[in-house]
Amino acid sequence: MAAVRPLRRGLHLLGSRSIAQSAPVGINGTWTAVSRQSTSPQARRSLRSPVAGRPVAATLPVNNGVRYASSSAPAGSLRKTQLYDLHIAKGAKMVPFAGFSMPLQYSDLSHVESHKWTREKASLFDVSHMVQHRLSGPGALELLMKVTPSSLDKLQNNTSTLSCLLEPGTGGIVDDTVITRLSEDTFYFVTNAGRRDEDLAFLTAEIDAFKAAHGAEKDITWEIFNDRALIALQGPQASAALQPLIHGSGPSSDLSTLYFGNCRSLHLTLPDGSTTSEPLLISRTGYTGEDGFEISIPASSASAVTNTLLANPTVRLAGLAARDSLRLEAGMCLYGHDISTAQTPPSAALGWIIGKDRRDPASPNSTFNGSSTILPQLSSPAKTLSQRRVGFTIEKGSPAREGAIIVDVNDESNTQIGVITSGLPSPSLDGTNIAMGYIKQGLHKKGTEVGVLVRKKVRQATVVGMPWVESKFYRPPKA
Amino acid sequence: MSAAARVFRPFTSRALSQKLPLSSVRRVSPATGFPRGSIRAFSQSPFLEVKKYTESHEWIELADDGKTAKIGITEYAAKSLGDVVYVELPTPELEVGAGEPVGAVESVKSASDVLSPVSGKVVQGNSILEDKAKFINESPEGDAWIAEIEVSDPTELEELLDAAAYKETIDEE
Repeated sequence: MAAVRPLRRGLHLLGSRSIAQSAPVGINGTWTAVSRQSTSPQARRSLRSPVAGRPVAATLPVNNGVRYASSSAPAGSLRKTQLYDLHIAKGAKMVPFAGFSMPLQYSDLSHVESHKWTREKASLFDVSHMVQHRLSGPGALELLMKVTPSSLDKLQNNTSTLSCLLEPGTGGIVDDTVITRLSEDTFYFVTNAGRRDEDLAFLTAEIDAFKAAHGAEKDITWEIFNDRALIALQGPQASAALQPLIHGSGPSSDLSTLYFGNCRSLHLTLPDGSTTSEPLLISRTGYTGEDGFEISIPASSASAVTNTLLANPTVRLAGLAARDSLRLEAGMCLYGHDISTAQTPPSAALGWIIGKDRRDPASPNSTFNGSSTILPQLSSPAKTLSQRRVGFTIEKGSPAREGAIIVDVNDESNTQIGVITSGLPSPSLDGTNIAMGYIKQGLHKKGTEVGVLVRKKVRQATVVGMPWVESKFYRPPKA
Repeated sequence: MSAAARVFRPFTSRALSQKLPLSSVRRVSPATGFPRGSIRAFSQSPFLEVKKYTESHEWIELADDGKTAKIGITEYAAKSLGDVVYVELPTPELEVGAGEPVGAVESVKSASDVLSPVSGKVVQGNSILEDKAKFINESPEGDAWIAEIEVSDPTELEELLDAAAYKETIDEE
């Protein structure tokens, strides 16, 4: 597909080591395994350096034995996205995130204002730090069907699905990803910046093993688009803001027929009348629960496209702060906080990503990394899972944040029964304290009353369904 | 404190803030400043009223009585935190040491302890903040103080930063 013409070819992989070294300790095991990336028990600090609230789990290991094209920055220095200068010009407060200097918020809107702006109008997020991959060739589908539990063979061209990369054997979640099928044997997928080293090592090992087993007739080409920018335009006004910029007049230029989970390769018309030199890959998707798009842009057009969108007064820049509160309200996981290699999709309440035709253990189609662990968890969760990911609302007062301990209120010694992995006062719900976390199997039913320890006080909390704010994805009208 | 002292103090205090670099007042030795009630205490009482700051972005201001003080967070801290959504207030009678939490301020994205700059015993939390946490963003160094404490030893304030020294620390950040 032309839209994702590779700007850099191939990876130079020097002595990529086995990912077995980072094998998770105890799937469904100890609570500490869940919150291992939380540096402070209550995600709490003194007022000194009041910057990003949550400890950034995504700090890159300096040397994982993997080299890639754009990793030339010396250890300890932060990388910049293609839109870095624009962020600075717009008054962004920049913070280190996943090895990049990224905008937390901008001077024109507070965190809460920016959050609400996204729910009411449209916000533009720079997500260029995320890793854009293309996997193609006769072996691409088979490889992806091994490393993910998704029914990618049933995926139509130009449609996408949320999925997870899974560790062999354990089925632990290496990363979550959105995979788009561009053609019969070409896939585009986006992974987390904070998992870059681990994902590259994992994919290298899997591809090497696949090639060794299958030989040349199932060749695979793997590319990473280090130079392409990626922006997310999210909110009810996103489509109205993007539509007038779409170049051309054919049916494919009409965004009203581009539904959630679909993508198109399109050109934009810039304010000077010129057209983008290469097409953009426009996917109707996002991570805020709102209608919107993720747009993969060749580096040469990144600033021009972003500035053109920002010229629309309904579109404002938004940073990581709003992104985090928006995705939590939408019940979506943040890797390194809500999911890790210590969870499988069923224990992370992501069982729905496992393809419907990949759940019968007797079927040859049901073989993927960790399937022998995961399929029994799907069919009899009560017997196989020790903990479940659920939502909570917590009484008015101090919010329960990452690392807060969930306790049994029916027992005087307040035995620990779980741990919060994300939590904050919801801007859309007038500050209601919401959180997600893991709780002991059996206590995960909606309506269960539990306690959450916040600064040594037990706060009343209730297990609730997610999301807290209904997703407003743009779906085709029901026939 | 005599009535005379009360009459004069505001005037003296105002004059101080207008012309004196605050650091110049720090040299007063505690021995000469106390015990209170002496003539010397009167002449040096403006020092006691000077607002002090911590590197962790709290302020403390001693009241006219020389023994109670209000504690809050600085303008800089309030701005950095963003929209404050909840303030955890201390309960009266709570004994706090210098550097120990005397409350907490919660924004959507983070929670921050408010550390008592000096040791003392809590008199009250600022009840305005119970229902109106956002007030912290409007008047962090004014009416949106967080705790009132009875200071154990007012000389502890001397170890803290004056306004100029505090400003230097935030300029470095």
